[in-house]
Formats: sequence, C-alpha cells, structure tokens
Amino acid sequence: MRTKALFVMFCSTTLLVTACGGGGPQSTAAGGGLSDGKVVFGVLNDQSGAYSQLSGKNSIKAVELAIADYQEKYGDKAVVKEFGVETADHQNKPDVANAKAAELYDRKAVDVILDVPTSSAALKVADVAKEKKKLYFNISAATTDLTGKSCNKYTFHYAYDTYMLANGTGRNTTEEGKKNWYIVYPDYAFGQDMEKSFSAAVEAAGGKIVGRDAAPFPNTSGDFSTYLLKAPTLTPKPDVLGTMQAGAELVALVKQYNEFKLRDKGVGLAVGLMFLTDIHSLTPAALAGTTYTDAWYWNYDLTNRTFADRFQKAAGVRPTFAHAANYSAALQYLEAVQAAGTDGSDAVVKQLEGKTVNDLFLRNGKIRAEDHRVVHDAYLAQVKAPAEVAEEWDYVKILRTIPAAEAFRTPSPDCHLS
Amino acid sequence: MVNFLQHTFNGLVGGAFLALLALGLAVIFGMLRVVNFAHGAIYMLGAFGAYVLLTEVGLSFWWALVVMPGVLALFGMALERLVVARLARLDPLYNFLLTFGLTLILQDAVKSRYGVQSSPYDAPEILSGTLDLGAFDFPAYRVFVLFMAIAVCVGVWWLLSRTRVGMVVRAATERPELSTALGIDVGRWVTPVFGFGIGLAGLAGVLAAPIRAVNPLMGADLIIVVFAVVVIGGLGSIFGSVAAGFAIGLVQAWVQALGEHWALLSQVLVFLVMAGVLLWRPAGLFGREEAPA
Repeated sequence: MRTKALFVMFCSTTLLVTACGGGGPQSTAAGGGLSDGKVVFGVLNDQSGAYSQLSGKNSIKAVELAIADYQEKYGDKAVVKEFGVETADHQNKPDVANAKAAELYDRKAVDVILDVPTSSAALKVADVAKEKKKLYFNISAATTDLTGKSCNKYTFHYAYDTYMLANGTGRNTTEEGKKNWYIVYPDYAFGQDMEKSFSAAVEAAGGKIVGRDAAPFPNTSGDFSTYLLKAPTLTPKPDVLGTMQAGAELVALVKQYNEFKLRDKGVGLAVGLMFLTDIHSLTPAALAGTTYTDAWYWNYDLTNRTFADRFQKAAGVRPTFAHAANYSAALQYLEAVQAAGTDGSDAVVKQLEGKTVNDLFLRNGKIRAEDHRVVHDAYLAQVKAPAEVAEEWDYVKILRTIPAAEAFRTPSPDCHLS
Repeated sequence: MVNFLQHTFNGLVGGAFLALLALGLAVIFGMLRVVNFAHGAIYMLGAFGAYVLLTEVGLSFWWALVVMPGVLALFGMALERLVVARLARLDPLYNFLLTFGLTLILQDAVKSRYGVQSSPYDAPEILSGTLDLGAFDFPAYRVFVLFMAIAVCVGVWWLLSRTRVGMVVRAATERPELSTALGIDVGRWVTPVFGFGIGLAGLAGVLAAPIRAVNPLMGADLIIVVFAVVVIGGLGSIFGSVAAGFAIGLVQAWVQALGEHWALLSQVLVFLVMAGVLLWRPAGLFGREEAPA
C-alpha cells in the first residue's frame, strides 16, 4: 500500500513539474503531447498456430502501411513523429495473452494493442486494457461479449463478430429460399456461440433448424463423415449444411462434404466463418458455390485492390479482412491522436467515440459510443467456380452488401462502459 | 436400418485408420518395448509426403502409396540404428522422451517449410465418385481405404502366421527373453520390424491425405487415441490392436450418429472403454500378463 501511495505521489509530482515548469513537450497541439515522445503499437496474435496465416506476422505489415499513410498525409503537421511496433505471440492461450498484454503495456511502452484472435484470449486482454487504462482494438476475435458483458471504456471491437456472421449468412441464405438448415458446430465456446447466433438468425428469417450436431473439439480423427452421412437422411431434408468449424477442421469437413457428394444430393454448404487464406488452402474447386459473410474483400473495388497490391508487395500474399482491419484500426488510432494532440487514453477515446468513418476497411463506418462496437458494411460472399477464377486469390464474388445498420446488432443492454 | 448400415460402414473406415496405426505401434512395441510416440508424426509425414510428391515431384497418389511407406520404412530403420538402439538398454522412459522429442522436431520442420495452413490433396480421379452399395451409396475412396486396410492386416497376419520370418518375429514379439534363450537371434529382426511399423504409419498417412486435412498437426491428437486402442487390444498383441482399432472406429461412429449431445462422449468413449477393459483385464483384451523373466 505504501509503495502505491509513493508511486502516485511520484507520478503526480512529475505531472505537476512537466505541466507547470514549462519544460513540457514542444508540441503545438493542446492537451499535453505524447507519452515518451512516440506512439508504440502492440500487435498481439497467433504467430505460429492455426490463426497465424489469417492475421499473424502479416498484420504487422498492415500496421506499418498505416503508419506510412499517416506520415504521408500529415507530413510536418503530424503530432506523432516517432513510431514503434512491438509484437508478441499469444499462442491462442488466454493466460499467455494476459501476461503478454501486461508486458506490452508496461515494459514495451505500448500505447495500443491490436488484433488478438481467439475469443478467450481476447477477453483477457480486454481486462488488462481496462486495468491499465490503455487502448485495445480487437480485430480478429469473434465473441460478442467484447461489446456485451465484458465491454469497457478502452476496448473497441473492430472487424466482425458472431452476430454479424450469423445474421449475414444465416439470414440471407434463408431469405434466398434455403429454409431448412442442418448445423454442425465444434463443441466449445466459439462453436456454441455461433450455433446459437445462427439458429436465431435462421429462425428469425422464417427458416427452420432440422438438425444440429456438436462435433468434438478438437476432433482427434479429423473425420466428420458421420454428420455428412446423416445430412441427407434427416426429415425434412436440409437445404443447407451450416458448418461452424474453423481452420483445419473446416478444411477436413469441406473435403469430406465433397467426397460424400452432398451438393449433388441437394444439400448446399454455408460456412460460419471463413478467411481468404482458408479458400486459398482448400482451393476454390473444393468450395465452389459456398456462401459466407465477409467483413471486407480485397478485390471489391479499386481502392481495396490498390491497397491489396501494396500489401502483397510487402507480405507476398493478398490481405485477409483481418489484415485490412488491422491497417484501419492503426490508422484510426493515429487520426484520433492527431485530433486530440496527445496519446493520453481518455482523450483518444473521446475522439473515437461516436465518430463516423470511411476508410479502406470501414465503409459507412461508425465507432459506436454506447458499446464501442465499430459497425460498417459487411458482404455476403460466394466462392467462385474454378472456371470463373481468373487470377490467384480472386476467389469470391460479392453477392450483396449488407448495410452497416443491418450487419451488426444493436448495443447490448449488458454493456456498461467504465 | 439403412442408416445403421451406413454408419456401420463408415465406422469401419474410421477404424481402418486406427487399426493400421495401432498395428504398427503394436509390432514396434512388441519387438523393441519402445512406445513410439513419433507414430503420429510419421502418419503426418506420410500424408505430407504424398502432397509434396504430387506438387513438387509430380507423382500421383498411386506412386505415393508405394513410395512413401518405403521411404519412411527406410527412415525408420535408420532411426532405429542411429538412436533408438542406443537407448535400448536404458529405462524405457528414455526412448519415450526421444520419440516425443522427435515428434516436435518433425512437426516444426514441416511447419516452418509449409506453414500451418492445410494443404489441398484430391483423391485420384478414378476413386472420386461414389459407389452404389445396394441400400446406399458411399464414396468410392472410402471403400478403397477399407479394402486396403483389410488387405494389409490380412497380409501381416499371413506373414506372421504362415512364414518362418513371421514365426520368429511373433516369438520375439510376444516372448523376447524366452526366444533369445532358445537361440533365436532377436536382434537381427529388430531393425526391419521397426522400419515396417513406421512404414505402416506412413501408409495410413498417404491413405488419409485425400480425405483429411493435411497439416503438420494432423497426427498429434490422433496418436493419443491410437495409444488407447493399443492398450485396449493388449500391449504387444498384434491381433488385439487390429481388432480394437476397428471396434473403436465402429463404436465412435455409432455414438456420434446418436445426436447432438453425444459428441463429447464419442471422444471420451475410447478412454472409458480403456479404463473398463483395464479393470477387467489388466493386460488388455488380447494381451497376456508378462511372464516373469
């Protein structure tokens, strides 16, 4: 307790001295300038495991592109002159994520943490951000709890969530006339959450869940044939098989879906969550005709394509929506610092809250003040048939743009920002 | 009824993989008393090897089916000579640690070269359709896998029970000390048997490539189940591991087919069966208590 009191005294004295002594930063902007003279980004994600391709090290490249764009835009007028990018591998483990986040904020002087896939890990980092009063933009975790019961003043949820996926794919597919669904989901937090969201979205659109099966997770044998065999035998026969599997399990399931010729038997495929890298690894041939909801697509328009070209030069691959969203989050953070004239967390949050944004990733974007959900247009996508694929990585066509207001849920009553 | 038959057939296919892997483990354990933890990684190498042969060398699935088990068997023999044999006199724990470490090295080596993303691999054209089995149709490739697994198991049974080499191996597998005492040169057979077991895992891997996700971790989870299968069958019992492999595959498929909340059970089931069997027969279903040396 005494150390804490001493620490507080030390801090306030330092503040007083800096504020009154006239020795403060030379910044022309009001509000106190930058802590330690620079802005340091912390990219915390999976760098060797299942999610390392969809975000991973290439997200750092995306952040660097954002820094370059900020510098170019503001030139001499830029509040931030010096930048740092720190990174850590959380191995998708909540306890590791917790420790690494604290280390990034405290020892690496990180001002804002980005990315953090894996819902359980993401929720831990939100707690750390709240405790340290430092900013955190979650990009690649799906749980709606980040803007629900676990929301807090310093956490923003960027690219997507389970509601948006379910609402996009579940609702739109059902409205297209595929009323009867058979859902197969992995039996853990993400899968259970997805199953609930999808069932709700399908039923709200007038569809029916004719069967649901929880597949073991991790599925040790990598075999889903029992569920695939079952699909055409259900009554009424499902029009569509909704799979909530991700990563290698999604790959195995789709392979086996094709093997059992379910599409020929009238059972279509809808995927809960899919990244461009998944399609690349499965090949469009295996997925042709599959619908899913995409948060952003690299070949949607010229703006996206130009960015994708820059990104490919830096990273060697086309960007996934997670990469684009990391870029956007870094850029919007810098814009907010620029506007506030300081990287003080509370001032930056004030700048962000309620802001309407249009950038590379955020179309019709709005950073909601109520729950810090970043809403934007989403897209219903369909994987092209191999014959339609004219260039590598251009694997999907966008069937429909889902307007921002429709894509995301309304603020949750469970969220009390503090 | 038709559904039941479908799921039964499907369970046999799942069991075929378990049986092939368990057979290899059992042969190796029987002869060397080595619990080969690297068996799952070898299975992964088989699948990855098929992928590499196809994409980088241009050899089809059929070539992979012959080449990969052979190459891996040679790798296994070298491994046995170079490291496993040196640890044979020590506590079995050393070889367990060795093979565990080997698993990590193999997985990471593949990971660093090919990443964690699953690699695409299609079944050969001729087997890509479905086969009409009267009451229902079934993917032709799965029928082929089942056929291959049964053929290999019968082949191994024939080798072991009808040939002189088999008799020696069987004797050495089930009663190593006694065989040595009877003047059988057990040592001569150790290396080829190790290679053979590894080759079987490689074969299972090649067979898995067209229907499962080919990635560096594909063997890591599976191997635990295979160990349980071997224990259920009876450590060192070759017939027991094959029978237990098919049986577990069947039961898993049946339980999974029951519905939503049976999934977890299907995964735990193998361990429940293992615990039950061990309570009832501590040496496994077909195992024999070790004769005192």
